[in-house]
Amino acid sequence: MREPPDKLKSPEQELRIFRVRSLVAALVVVALTGLLMGRLVYLQVVQHEVYSTRSENNRVRVEPLPPTRGLIYDRNGVLLAENRPTYNLTLVRERADDFAATLDLLEALLALSGDEAKAFRARASQPQRPFEPALLMSDLNEQQIARLAINRHRLPGVEVEAQLLRYYPDAPMLVHALGYVGRINTDELKSLDAGRYAGTHFIGKTGVERFYEDALHGQSGLRQVETNARGRVLSELGRTNPVPGKDITLTLDKELQSLAFDLLDGRRGAIVAMAPATGEILALVSVPGYDSNQFVTGIDIGSYRALQQDLDLPLFNRAIRGQYPPGSTIKPFLAMAGLAEGAITPEKTINDPGYFQLPNDSRRYRNWLRWGHGRVDLERSLAVSNNTYYYTLAHELGIDRLHERMRDFGFGKRVGHDIFGESNALMPSREWKRDRFGQPWYPGETLSVGIGQGYWQVTPLQLATATSVLANRGEWVKPRIARRIGEEDVPVDLPDTPPDLELANEAWWDRVFAGMEKVISGSEGTARRTGVGLEYRMGGKSGTAQVFSLGQDQRYDADELAERLRDHALFIAFAPLDDPQIAVSVIVENAGGGSTHAAHLARAMTDAWLLDEDEQPDVEEVRETLESNDGSVAGN
Amino acid sequence: MAMIDLTRGLRSHPVRPPASGIARRRSFWERIHLDPWLLGMLLLLMLAGLVVLYSASGQHLQVPIAQGVRFGVALTVMLVLAQFTPATFQRWAFPAYLAGVLMLVAVELIGDMGMGAQRWLVIPGVIRFQPSELMKLAMPMMVASYLCRRELPPRVRDLAVCGLLIGLPVVLIAKQPDLGTSLLVATAGVFVVLLAGLTWRFIAILALLATAALPLLWMNLHNYQRQRVLTFLDPNSDPLGSGWNIIQSTTAIGSGGLLGKGWLQGTQSQLEFLPERHTDFIVAVLGEEFGLVGMLAFLMLYLVIVMRGIVMAGGAQNTFGRLLAGSIILTFFIYVFVNVGMVSGILPVVGVPLPLVSFGGTSSVTLMAGFGILMAIHTHRRLLPR
Repeated sequence: MREPPDKLKSPEQELRIFRVRSLVAALVVVALTGLLMGRLVYLQVVQHEVYSTRSENNRVRVEPLPPTRGLIYDRNGVLLAENRPTYNLTLVRERADDFAATLDLLEALLALSGDEAKAFRARASQPQRPFEPALLMSDLNEQQIARLAINRHRLPGVEVEAQLLRYYPDAPMLVHALGYVGRINTDELKSLDAGRYAGTHFIGKTGVERFYEDALHGQSGLRQVETNARGRVLSELGRTNPVPGKDITLTLDKELQSLAFDLLDGRRGAIVAMAPATGEILALVSVPGYDSNQFVTGIDIGSYRALQQDLDLPLFNRAIRGQYPPGSTIKPFLAMAGLAEGAITPEKTINDPGYFQLPNDSRRYRNWLRWGHGRVDLERSLAVSNNTYYYTLAHELGIDRLHERMRDFGFGKRVGHDIFGESNALMPSREWKRDRFGQPWYPGETLSVGIGQGYWQVTPLQLATATSVLANRGEWVKPRIARRIGEEDVPVDLPDTPPDLELANEAWWDRVFAGMEKVISGSEGTARRTGVGLEYRMGGKSGTAQVFSLGQDQRYDADELAERLRDHALFIAFAPLDDPQIAVSVIVENAGGGSTHAAHLARAMTDAWLLDEDEQPDVEEVRETLESNDGSVAGN
Repeated sequence: MAMIDLTRGLRSHPVRPPASGIARRRSFWERIHLDPWLLGMLLLLMLAGLVVLYSASGQHLQVPIAQGVRFGVALTVMLVLAQFTPATFQRWAFPAYLAGVLMLVAVELIGDMGMGAQRWLVIPGVIRFQPSELMKLAMPMMVASYLCRRELPPRVRDLAVCGLLIGLPVVLIAKQPDLGTSLLVATAGVFVVLLAGLTWRFIAILALLATAALPLLWMNLHNYQRQRVLTFLDPNSDPLGSGWNIIQSTTAIGSGGLLGKGWLQGTQSQLEFLPERHTDFIVAVLGEEFGLVGMLAFLMLYLVIVMRGIVMAGGAQNTFGRLLAGSIILTFFIYVFVNVGMVSGILPVVGVPLPLVSFGGTSSVTLMAGFGILMAIHTHRRLLPR
């Protein structure tokens, strides 16, 4: 290609050759176009009758066969999500002989009431694409189906379609754990495999339904059918069967879930219960719930707006997305951090005058008990929930080490294995504050973090997970909600499980556990009233999260505060102490102190899980206890 | 056809500037380097295409709107390319070709699978690119730039070089596997050689060799490709499997009759009997709803475009321009012929869209880029000394 052009190159000859060639090309183009036209004349004029008949009378059509969605069971095989057959009435206007007469006949056959008839007429008069079936009525009853079947020959273009609809028998208490399915929207349609979803109108929107959408959905099949001119199926020519979705068995226990829902009794809050050894979620409740079945059939705008604008935020999944200051519930974790970092020993004591002061700073960081707890060691610091002890500890650790250690427990991270839409919440750090506010970290803020206030926010799921890790003596388990998918068990060892936590001295775990036991069973324990009549050993920790911040030296008076500005009550617990079977986190919004308003709920949960049939907790009794506690302002 | 003067703009201006030296005032079209006749026909085709597409997409307005946006992009690309001189394209030929081949190799190694075939090169978050589309233009540019420096008609040695230049990317594309595109790329290269003056005797020998090589090709086809050929030979052998498309599309076209069933009224199309009705099989919708009259109108429009293109190619300044322009316009015709041929059942099904009517952004952009080059070659004649 580098060599100079040939001497013999002659532009005139080249042009001549090209002219001849392009003329030949033009002729060939005309000839080939003529060939195409000839073929079209053959198809559209000569053979028109043949194809016209084929098109009109003997149609072959491909119909999608949607798969049946997998069912969802609880750990004991109780059905939580099922598929219910419903019957819809559709009409293809172009196939009806007389549209108006068909509508009159249908109205008579269906025996519609005045309002129903009005809605029916409205739907029928909506503009519709030609040849596309219009949905005139959904959820026909058996009588209506029978009448339509008998009169089928008089109703060309009318079809009764069977459709399986998702149904959640106990929707409100389960919705935040299960999620729900809804109609596939335009955005989802774009990202879906059209073949796999042919004929499917529903898709998992949140929760288990969303996370395990692939397994639950299965794969659509196809059938090729011959239809008559009216589009009615005459025979089936061939089919590819759909692959049904896989059934899923959850780790949830419906009884426990139901108890948790009843315990919260309509108060805003969340309860998460886990099996510490495996990470299995036994209950995951966020109150208020709502009826997710409305979302399956398509919720009307009014009801949706009501749900959205409800001040109690029923659509909000508090258990995994709610972000709360953890309050004193994190003191056991801080104690572990202090032990691991050598900042404290179990024997080390401090003297609490009722407040803590940073060097060269006059501000007093107060203990909840104004006159102080005096001499406080590790176990007592937990039992009485002493703030000064943890101010001292946090100050000594510093925010950097504190941040690292708390992240090791899962705070500030998504912890779940198969939980959809979980929040990170927030574990503050020096870097975070610089990025967020462009400000340095102040020592006083470390002290706030030391008692679970300030910027620190946790989700109930994170709290339950950290409690499980603690109960396991540092062995990490990721919370999980599916136990079995189709025929396969979810493996015990999950990928990406964080590393286990280790302590120089194994016995220190026992000291922290002892402190947590004293919270419930000790004479000074903040939740000692909860420990009355306890039949097993239990560790716990109360927490009170300020919604409304107090100025220095101001005192908190629940009665003076509007309900929504009251503190959140928190409690974490695990039991039995020596062989933990259950770990619980409880949050009741704006209820007041955690020891009085959340601890009883945690105890009821552990009782229900550990005790025999005849010793099950009585929800009424718990409620009464709570009411008697209302207005009382014990400490943390 | 006679009513449109295809040679307009060629005769009225002499190839050399007038000897008087008085600069003639250039018209608007000359200044923006577009050919108004060709542009007008292309716009007409696009508009008519959008009307059919609306029906073919099941009356989802977003499909023709998306296509309209792509047309906008394609027209912009055409306008930009028309501003370059043919000499520029000649300089670009080798780099573009080399880049195309390298990217095809890259696709082979790391490409992204789409619809079961490996055609896309993806730089995540930046661009998704089909190198075979680039090759549709780089190929004729490369072969033309090679041949225009040689003595014509080409000798055997030159033909061997051309064979290599064409064969390498075609094999790479066919391996993806994308039979339709590799066919179009090969055609684009072969047209250049044919237009350059390959002797008739040679053409006959090549045709014989090709026939002899058919069994070899058969052995190298993918199963689904073989199936398509078998189905073409006898659609009723597998009416529910791969024969489905052809039976349904011929039924749609045939039932359209002389005048068609009317826009949006095609039962085959609207009832979703037709697969891929808004992409490769859109002709079936056209035939069903607009009948023979509509089909002939479209074919005539295509024919007029192709004739205008051939005339423009013939008037090009130099051999490179002639060969490139000729190849581009003839390849355009091949699109039409193969697509209408396969949907009406006289050719086997290969994935070739109906140009500027089928839904698809990449092919529209490539086609209009080709027309941009064609217009550049046509409108830059007088700026170059002979």
